[in-house]
Amino acid sequence: MALEKPYKDVPGTIIFDSEMARKGYHLNQFCMSLMKAENRVRFKADEHAYLSEWPVSEEQRQAVLDRNYNAMLALGGNIYFLAKIFSSDGKSFQYAAALMTGMSEEDYKAMMVSGGRSPDGNRYIRENK
Amino acid sequence: MARITAGIGASHVPLIGRAIDTQDTQSEYWKPLFDGFDFTKKWIAEEQPDVIFLVYNDHATAFSLDMVPTFAIGCAEEFAPADEGFGPRPVPMVEGAPDLAWHVAQSVIQQDFDLAIVNKMDVDHGLTVPLSLMYGQPKKWPVKVIPFAVNVVVYPTPSGRRCYNLGKAIRNAVDSFDEDLNVQIWGTGGMSHQLQGPRAGLINQEWDKRFLDRLADKPEELADIAHVEYIRETGSEGIEMVMWLVMRGALGDNVTELHRHYHVPASNTAVGHIILESQN
Ligand SMILES: [Fe+2]
Repeated sequence: MALEKPYKDVPGTIIFDSEMARKGYHLNQFCMSLMKAENRVRFKADEHAYLSEWPVSEEQRQAVLDRNYNAMLALGGNIYFLAKIFSSDGKSFQYAAALMTGMSEEDYKAMMVSGGRSPDGNRYIRENK
Repeated sequence: MARITAGIGASHVPLIGRAIDTQDTQSEYWKPLFDGFDFTKKWIAEEQPDVIFLVYNDHATAFSLDMVPTFAIGCAEEFAPADEGFGPRPVPMVEGAPDLAWHVAQSVIQQDFDLAIVNKMDVDHGLTVPLSLMYGQPKKWPVKVIPFAVNVVVYPTPSGRRCYNLGKAIRNAVDSFDEDLNVQIWGTGGMSHQLQGPRAGLINQEWDKRFLDRLADKPEELADIAHVEYIRETGSEGIEMVMWLVMRGALGDNVTELHRHYHVPASNTAVGHIILESQN
């Protein structure tokens, strides 16, 4: 019998469950390697070469190169692991969050200062058209 | 006899640590947040707890996908502030309380909660930011700390009910420790926030405030909140609030709310803070 996944109908949200953790294992462990300064240096020097040392899928590799965080999430990346990539790029959580929402960083910051994104209209996929 | 006298709930946003470390707490952006901790700093200086049982989560720092313990208790003599990619925060070493930690581990496991026992672990902002919020920038932390890590990164995290009951087991464990110690328990993380995907930036002030309203006197209601409600109502990272329920469970039935503060935003997050005193 399949597991119950009642969180699948939350819009714009990917829950890092067993399925995603399985799918993203190598991607996330690659991210983890960027915690070491010497690895960050090697990654930045030649991203293709560094990524080729990790058994990530072609899609995952491309998503990293493109810094397409939504794609990385869909391919099993977890945001706390992906944070190692944007930190290596010298970027903040707020930068990455803005990018994933498709807003400019300025607009995103302004939204947060004025109270954040309202849950109204954002609870179920069906109400978020 | 050791006793848990009080609990603190507090968010642990990394950027709060940055604001403290760079002396930026009085800027227009940060002042309203830090003002809410003035009371706490004075209060804790008078209380002088001996040990903080600090419930927090690791954010892919000490634990990668190599190992994902649901509950992990730090039993080491000391814990170093972790390098989270920018170098470690300029804060003191965290001194452990190994005798009490091992005692709690044995007692809590015998109460049917299977803890991972950790003797080598760096601690990330989840643990050090709350210490900085309450104690500022001392040369040495004036308190010993038992780090207690809860998995809230890989779904499923333990349920709110499980966390609440775990808190009760921790209380029993501390009560049965012979040394005369004033122990506080802190539940950290939250409140509403989502850091990922097109819905990032979600904040639910109304929901957060109802959570704070019920923490002292209606914890049973909070313990019943399902995972999916946290996700839907408070954002995918709002699930961290289950850690506040460990704290609440460890305070016994009767508590008094001493102080409360709520502020939006710190970076992407709604910051909540509460002090509860145990009356048992
Ligand atoms: Fe956290």
